[in-house]
Amino acid sequence: MAGLLKIDNLAKKFGGLTAVSNVSMHLNQNELVALIGPNGAGKTTLFNLLTGVISASSGSIVLDGRNGAVTLNGKKASQIAQMGLARTFQNIRLFKEMTVVENVMVAMTDRFNENFFSSIFRTPAFYKKEQMMKDEALKLLTIFNLEKQAETKAKNLPYGIQRRLEIVRTLATNPQILFLDEPAAGMNPEETADLTRLIIKVQKMFQITILLIEHDMSLVMNVAERIYVLDHGSLLAEGTPAEIQDNDQVIKAYLGEEV
Amino acid sequence: MRDNFKYNITWLIIMAAGFYMINTLILVGIVNTFIENMLVTIGINIILATGLNLVIGFAGQFSLGHAGFMAVGAYATAIITSSVSGGSGFYLSLIVGIILSVVIALIVGIPTLRLRGDYLAIATMGAAEIIRIVINNMKITGGAAGIFNIPQFASWPTVYIMVCITTIVLTNFIHSRDGRAVIAVREDEIAAESVGVNVFKWKLAAFVFGAATAAIAGSLHASYLQTIAPSEFGIMESISVLIIVVLGGIGSITGTFVAAIALGVIDTILQNFGALRMVIYALALILIMVFKPSGLLGTKELSIKSIFKKIKSRKEVI
Repeated sequence: MAGLLKIDNLAKKFGGLTAVSNVSMHLNQNELVALIGPNGAGKTTLFNLLTGVISASSGSIVLDGRNGAVTLNGKKASQIAQMGLARTFQNIRLFKEMTVVENVMVAMTDRFNENFFSSIFRTPAFYKKEQMMKDEALKLLTIFNLEKQAETKAKNLPYGIQRRLEIVRTLATNPQILFLDEPAAGMNPEETADLTRLIIKVQKMFQITILLIEHDMSLVMNVAERIYVLDHGSLLAEGTPAEIQDNDQVIKAYLGEEV
Repeated sequence: MRDNFKYNITWLIIMAAGFYMINTLILVGIVNTFIENMLVTIGINIILATGLNLVIGFAGQFSLGHAGFMAVGAYATAIITSSVSGGSGFYLSLIVGIILSVVIALIVGIPTLRLRGDYLAIATMGAAEIIRIVINNMKITGGAAGIFNIPQFASWPTVYIMVCITTIVLTNFIHSRDGRAVIAVREDEIAAESVGVNVFKWKLAAFVFGAATAAIAGSLHASYLQTIAPSEFGIMESISVLIIVVLGGIGSITGTFVAAIALGVIDTILQNFGALRMVIYALALILIMVFKPSGLLGTKELSIKSIFKKIKSRKEVI
């Protein structure tokens, strides 16, 4: 199945500054796509547009997934997340004062409907639902070797594990597409290699589409099937890792022109 | 499942024991009307402050309008019980007060909860002032003189039971899916939105919930003291509830209990000191804030579950 997410002429202007201009791209089912570009190219702005954190000035985003074709423009971030577009953040955003398992359970809020009165009067139905949520959260944590830290507060986790927890949390929303914003930022080569394996595992195991922003080229070239290059807010190139490596324009954008 | 049953029964026994203890102390004569009065004030403050703690401590929304919702409950009880006396009148007024405060909280909350931090504080403070001024200028509420000779119904047992009920409902709410969503909103709004939590809805839910508990406290206040006037529900009342929340620990229901009891006792003891009372009171607050800025208990909670687990693990060691 092709064309899970179609982005058409998407643009965002902040006053006089055009952060993203006329970007058109698409994501296919079960594809792992990378989005690269120099600092300030508009990669994170594009993510924010796609996940509804900010709204687009023009253009359209259409999701053609398990619920049929839906236009995502003008939808709230929480609605978009409920439709199956989940994301992580460049600067980790966990619920710091909550435990690891609670962090994952929050992400299930929309999928498990606890009746208000049954939770207030603690009916057997409440305990059953609560156990179901906890079991599912623990199952996810076990897949990522986090089950031992389940009762630790998120703020007390080491940096690399916080990143991993953020990915687990997005998976708890039962996503169709996962947006990862610089998952390897601040990691050493060994941790990056671990993360690379983890990303591939997630994609295979959960059968989801992943769009990844990353500066670490070893990660990008290893995992990405296709690469989009963004520069000054517009698309510079698109292609397989090999094609991008040989693209003159891309080299120019990163390294500058030959003297 | 059986464990949960055990915890719930333990709490029930603790509540019943507390009731029995106060009852005995009154019968024996150790607790006179003066102290009983203090206990009721503490009880009402607990209801007010736990409700506000849900809004400030758990949902992270800085509201300064708690006294306004308390006024709604108080006037509902004053007006209704003046014509329908007895228990039925009181409980009817309690429900009317809750419904009215929920409606007003929705009207106030929908526009103001989009604001953040200090702006929200000012907006909710303004909303509470509007409620007070409306009451001040209406005929049915007795204007600035207020309402007196309200038939007394709520004595200490009613207050005690209401404290138990509101605390059970609040803590059960906090320790459920809904509570987790509310806390997630406090922790990080953008992250909460990104995992499908409707931030605005849960903020509003906590705010409305807090307003409803304030109305219950207002009803008890009116019914116990038998006279109310609009001037009681000014900004100072909101702030004194806020002090209890901050002192006990923002985000700790147990802390709110401790602070409400401690302040109630200190306040009663200091009544012998006359003018010095407020000075000592303020000094005590400053000292606690200097040495324990996160409040007496921080975010810690008394949990029967963890106590049971501790005992169990100790037994296993032996």
